[in-house]
Amino acid sequence: MNAKFLRYLVKRLLMALLTIFLVIAITFFVMHAIPASPFSSEKAKSDAVIAALEAKYGFDKPVIVQFFNYLGNILKGDFGLSTGWVGNTVSELIMGGFSYSARIGFTAAIIAIVFGIILGSIAALRRDKLVDKIIQVVTTALVSMPSFVMATLLLLVFALQLGWLPSLGNQPGGLILPVISLTLYPMAYVTRLQRSSMLDVLGQDYIRTARAKGVHNSKLIFKHALKNTLTPVITYAGPMMAYILTGSMVVENIFSVPGLGRLFTNSMLRTDYMMIMGVTIFLATMIILMNFLSDILYKVIDPRIDLG
Amino acid sequence: MSEKKKLKNPLSLQIDPELFREASEDEKKQQVTMRESISFMKDALRRLRKNKIAMISLITIVLIALIAFIVPTFYPYTYTKQDVTAQNLAPFQYSQKEQMKIDKGFSVFPHIMGTDSLGRDYAIRVIYGTRISLLVGIFSALIVIVIGIIYGSISGYFGGKVDMVMMRIVDIIYSLPDVLIVILLSVAIKDWVSTSQSQLIARLGAGMVSIFIVFGLLYWVSMARQVRGQILSIKEQEYVLASKAIGASPARIIRKHMIPNCVSVIIIIAAMQIPSAIFTESFLSFLGLGVSVPMPSLGSLASDARTALRSYPYQLVFPALAIFLIVLSFNLLGNGLRDAFDPKLRN
Repeated sequence: MNAKFLRYLVKRLLMALLTIFLVIAITFFVMHAIPASPFSSEKAKSDAVIAALEAKYGFDKPVIVQFFNYLGNILKGDFGLSTGWVGNTVSELIMGGFSYSARIGFTAAIIAIVFGIILGSIAALRRDKLVDKIIQVVTTALVSMPSFVMATLLLLVFALQLGWLPSLGNQPGGLILPVISLTLYPMAYVTRLQRSSMLDVLGQDYIRTARAKGVHNSKLIFKHALKNTLTPVITYAGPMMAYILTGSMVVENIFSVPGLGRLFTNSMLRTDYMMIMGVTIFLATMIILMNFLSDILYKVIDPRIDLG
Repeated sequence: MSEKKKLKNPLSLQIDPELFREASEDEKKQQVTMRESISFMKDALRRLRKNKIAMISLITIVLIALIAFIVPTFYPYTYTKQDVTAQNLAPFQYSQKEQMKIDKGFSVFPHIMGTDSLGRDYAIRVIYGTRISLLVGIFSALIVIVIGIIYGSISGYFGGKVDMVMMRIVDIIYSLPDVLIVILLSVAIKDWVSTSQSQLIARLGAGMVSIFIVFGLLYWVSMARQVRGQILSIKEQEYVLASKAIGASPARIIRKHMIPNCVSVIIIIAAMQIPSAIFTESFLSFLGLGVSVPMPSLGSLASDARTALRSYPYQLVFPALAIFLIVLSFNLLGNGLRDAFDPKLRN
């Protein structure tokens, strides 16, 4: 079992690394297919200046050499120089933005998972009662709302109309609305997953056995049922990460949070190619690693799953 | 003589016609089937029709589609026509010029949802945005169905090494973050699209073109996985072996066993993909990477509404409501289809 698990771990890790490599390759070659080089769009420069710049950044070498240079630099944590924010390296900018995005995203993810599990379990335990019906209706509505609709509506109602919360991210308490906007969709999703998985587990024989031998209701739920209901939620961790990271692009723009998502959309406006590449690769790596972790955790928690 | 002897043998398998008698009326009745046999499709559709929520969603989708495709043909305003005298009107409000016209006895078609900051009628813009969302949903479903079925059935049918290689490719594609790649691609092809000779591509815009490219490259993987899984398991079923044994042709096996058993999976997955495709398009349009101006999309309308959110909140509310209604209906219909077509849930 242990050797088998280790083999699975290594296989899955290699797969994740291969995917990250592919993302870097796709990003690099897609960006290099753009006819305009990062410097041609700038204001009139003499050919000599352009040539000097190109030589400095290695743009005069064959594309494949450039690719491996870029790859090598990324491994050293160097994503190149930003052209949109002159004087900054892409890595610095990414780290600066990520500190905001990570705070918002992490909080949103924790709230989504904790509340999702609680609400989903309540709905399952009170199946077909009023609570269950309300939870079902609300979550169905929430998973039908794109992140930008949610965020702008929250901004409109709570910041502009009611004035309860600040509309900008840099004001005190300004991160509350961005966190809520990012939380609601994944929370609703987790609630639905948890509800159906709890219903599934509660219908199983070992629960009936436990109940028959007189196990108290709360002990039955927390000790016998809960752990086995968590596997679907764990598999959702990867997609949730993807949702939160991409969702932060619109949410950070709406609430003016200087995070990674805002940086990304701004680098598109400034046609900062190095920055676009860097952020894409960074975000994709986060998502792929999260998928990897959730896959591994899934297998650890549920040993019944075939490692194949 | 010897033949008669054999017949008398109690262990003989030969049948003695004298032992038979005609069935009584009562016995005949027992052979009458209680109800007609119904095919899987009919059964599933019957269950779908019984599902009120799913039917209401279906009707809503049809209504929205009818509005989105028929109303623009006779609507008095177009999505590009600007009127500087009628900027940011509230719903059913008339501009001074229009009011004067009405006072003179002319009839002016009301701006049901008001107008935007350039004086364009908002209702027709929301309708066009809805049209874009529906088109994205439908085309993505078509792409997913075609590529997913072909890829999945080849993989499942051949099995072995072919299957292994094809499924590893699917695994890798599955873990690529699709939204990021759409964004990257739409940034990359922006210049190419805006200078494109093709009218269609130029009108669609970089975002739409890259959405469809990425759907074609990445979105079909879950469909391919499911179809392959179905084909693999159906191949091993006893009823397939049985029909092979009684001499059914491969064409018959595919027609009678493979396809009907995949239909439910295909319908369910396609229905689930539509809302996520619509989400992606509106998200990109909100970021300014979707359709090219002046063509509206629900995402770009919501994004434009942000500049004067406090003064004209309805400019956000209408497109937000439209996209919510579309996605909600597709989600609920998808749930209904899953309940109706998933044989595992049958009782």
